[in-house]
Parts: sequence; structure tokens; C-alpha cells
Amino acid sequence: MKAGSNLEKVLAAGHFAVTAECGPPRGADPEPMRKKSVHVKDNVDACNVTDNQTSVVRMSSIAGCLHLQAAGVEPLMQMVTRDRNRIALQSDLLGASSLGIHNLLCLSGDHQAFGDDSQAKNVHDIDSIQLLQLAKMLRDDGKFPSGKEVKGPPKFFIGCAANPFADPYEIRVSRLALKVAAGADFIQTQCIYNLEKFERYMQDVRNRGLHEQTAILAGVTPLKSAGMAKFMKKNVAGMDIPDEVIKRIAAVPKEEQAQKGIDMAVEAILRLRQVEGVRGVHIMAIEWERKVPEIAKKSGLLPRPQV
Amino acid sequence: MIVGNAKPIEEVLSMIEPFDKLIVAGCNGCVTVCRAGGEKEVQILASALRLAREAQGRPVEIREVTLERQCDPEYVELMRPYVGDYQAVVSIACGAGVQFLAEHFSKTPLLPGINTGFIGVTEKQGEWSERCQACGDCVLHLTGGICPVTRCSKSLFHGPCGGSVEGHCEIDKEVPCGWQLIIDRLKALGRLDLYEKLRPMKSWKTSRDGGPRRIVREDLI
Ligand code: SF4
Repeated sequence: MKAGSNLEKVLAAGHFAVTAECGPPRGADPEPMRKKSVHVKDNVDACNVTDNQTSVVRMSSIAGCLHLQAAGVEPLMQMVTRDRNRIALQSDLLGASSLGIHNLLCLSGDHQAFGDDSQAKNVHDIDSIQLLQLAKMLRDDGKFPSGKEVKGPPKFFIGCAANPFADPYEIRVSRLALKVAAGADFIQTQCIYNLEKFERYMQDVRNRGLHEQTAILAGVTPLKSAGMAKFMKKNVAGMDIPDEVIKRIAAVPKEEQAQKGIDMAVEAILRLRQVEGVRGVHIMAIEWERKVPEIAKKSGLLPRPQV
Repeated sequence: MIVGNAKPIEEVLSMIEPFDKLIVAGCNGCVTVCRAGGEKEVQILASALRLAREAQGRPVEIREVTLERQCDPEYVELMRPYVGDYQAVVSIACGAGVQFLAEHFSKTPLLPGINTGFIGVTEKQGEWSERCQACGDCVLHLTGGICPVTRCSKSLFHGPCGGSVEGHCEIDKEVPCGWQLIIDRLKALGRLDLYEKLRPMKSWKTSRDGGPRRIVREDLI
């Protein structure tokens, strides 16, 4: 065991893992986090807590993780390299591990141009792959980059994100290989709507044996409506939603579209489970966490294994 | 070259508000090439300021000067005989020029007439774009001759991020994705093998992060 987190144990035992995501609130009130935790508790193996996603200021990821933990949910801390230099990142890694946070997702983060504070300085001292290597160095070598000893190395099960759909496609698998070489224990993918394309990607991943070196969790986001699907297709960079998917959800009356979205997410999970090399699913029900139990249940993912 | 762009005339007018005898100083270096601070721009700015102040009923006397370079002491010193006769200097050189004049003429207020943009190139007539952040430790041999520090909006060393779409950066459809450019170029060179190498964390010591920089060449001293 590298970190001994629940997520690591579930995967090590060969189970199909389930993670979800909770975004912290835009304020200091812990209540929204507690409310969200109810929906994920016992339904997932670990739950991501985002780090100022879309560059909008929110409660810190570390604090959000602690609220989940207090509610009995294992947290998975997201950490972006946009806002903190390597000094602050390392310090927060030590702090988070000391508080019992043992899952980490390394990201570069959306550019600050997207958020309310577009005037902010763009830090990017290191990138997400370098953060991954750094966290691994602290954990496995017990050393800081200077070579000095870490007194009590932090324990993290370390992952990063992968977008099988971003451009240019030809380096998508090479990019995953880079992340594997850097030491990614697990990968969470961007939301998958284009299953054919994802299956082709996984074939390329398997051809290089990467699926055996890291645990790939396939990302699924239920669509709430045809409108949301169209909006995401148009406005979210690197989001691949085929027209057939939009047609299918648009084909049912408006008031039934949310349920259709859930059903389609379940269908996608069942299909993703069959893809060789997919070791789990990452359910990103954005501001719709209450649907996680239903999706997990209908996908046959409950109860979660006790390891 | 260093590329700059004129400040709005209102801003310059408010800077010169307390004065009625000025120098507007241009530079024959980079800012002449990028049409922000050469002899011609000195004439244009000086005329605009005179006209505006005349309209306000507070005429201003302006001497127009263009130095060979504002970043070399021998040219800067050419202003010494007369600079004391004026209340202030509006320099339309880059920030280095403005500061160098200020260092040399300690009693004269120096006012910047342009905003210094970046180290860049002329894309076409009237359009310039950034190429170099002067990080002090060049990696262009590893990245197909395209700078990840400057051309990627997140200065990633292992790009592209998930936001790269159809060749443009997630921040703006007008901004090419630096990593798409790097990959295209590595491909053209038959060197995609360079893409799949892990790069260590960059030392920013040699960039501005390490403090103001200085290059000393013993062989020239
Ligand atoms: S889209 Fe390309 S240029 Fe923009 S931040 Fe991502 S990798 Fe960098």
C-alpha cells in the first residue's frame, strides 16, 4: 500500500471503483458541504473535492475534504497548479496528509481568465505532471526536491486527469504514458459521451499496456436536459458530445429529460464496465449530487465493498 | 524586439497636467520598428498634446527629441545639456528607456508615454505578438523552437491541457495553443520522441523570479 486510502484498497482488491465529486461552496458556511456528503456517503469509495474549479473562488479543497471526512466520506483532494507555487503546494500536501487526506488529484486548473478574478497572477510554477512527481517524491523517497529529508512523508494515492477527447488526438495516449511514467496511481477521465471514441482510445491505451500500470476511472456526467448538453458541447473546451446523444435526450419531453439523462448515464456506466482496462467510474453529477445514489444503484455498483 | 503601445492620450494629458514646458523623447530602437516610440510618434504625440492643451487654454511648450537608443548611456547623456531647462520628460521608449533617463537625470520627472508590452515579432503590418519571456534558461531545442513558457497560457512543460481545441487555447479562440504548435512542429521535424520525455521542474531562478537580473561579461570589461 502506498497511502492506504480506501480508494487504493478497493482498487488493489480488484473491485470496480466508484468516485464522485463535490464542489465546495462560495462561502464559509460548511452546511452545503455537509448536505452534499449525505448523497455520496456509502455510495462511493472516495469523493473528489474540487479546487476553485472554473477559477471561481470557493472554500478551499482541504477544508472541503475535512467536511466530507467528518461526515464519513473519504475525500480525494484536487489540487491545481494555477494558484500556488511549489512552496505552497508542498506545504499543503504535508498539511493535508497530516489531517488524514490520502487521495490526491493533480491538475493544472482552468485559466483564471474564466473566473471572477481574471486580474489574478497566473502562477504555474510547476505543471500537473510535475506536481504528481513531486507528491510521489515526498511520499516514496521521503525527500524534498532539495534532497533534504521529509520528517514524516505524506501519504497520497496520487492521480491525475486525462481527456481522451481534447486536441490533438494523436498525442492523447502519449500524454497518458507521460502521466504513467510520472507515477500516476490512478487516472480520472473527462466526461465520456462519445463511447466509440473512448473505446478506440482504450484500445490504443491497451496496446501500450498502460491500463496495467495505472487504474483508469472513466468519467460520467449525467445530462440534466438537452439544453445543458448543447451548452456544454458549445462552451466547455475539450467536451465531446455527439449529436446522437443530444438527439436522444431531446427526443423526450422536457420534464422527462432529467430522468433520461440519468438513464443514459447508467447505460454509459454499464458499457464502460465492459471496456477492458477501465477499473472504475468517476461520477461527476455537477450540482446534482443527490442523483449519485440512484446512478450508482441502477448501475449495480452498490453496496460498495468494505475493504 | 520589445513591442510597446501608446498610452491613451487622456492618460498622458493627466500626467503632464502640472507642467507647461516638456520634452517628448523617442527612441530609434525597438519602439521605432513597432511604431510606438520613434521620431514619427514623437511628432504625433507632441502635436496632439499641444493641440489638446491649447484647447484647454493652457498651452504647453514641447521640445521633440529622438535618441539613437534610450538604453545606452552615451546617447542618454546627449540630453544633459538641455534637460534641466524643462520641467519633465515624456519618454515613449520602452520601460528600460524611461528608467534609464530617470536614473541619469535625477531632478527631472520622467513620464511613460507608452505601455511596454512584450518581446515579440511583427506578425503582419499592424500586428505583433509575444515570443519570449526572457526566463534566462532557454529550452527551445527541446520544444521544436516554440516556447512553452510564453506560448502556453499556463506555461506548461507537459502540455497540452484538456482545454486545447482545434489548435486554439482555452482562454481565447484568437490565441493559438502553444502546445499544438509545439506538437505540429515536432512532428514536422520527425522528433515527436521529444514529446514523451518528462521534464524536471523548471528553475525560475534565472528569470525575474530570482530577483532583478544582471549580465556581466568579464571579457568585455
Ligand atoms: S490550451 Fe494550450 S496554450 Fe492554452 S493553456 Fe492549454 S496547453 Fe496551454
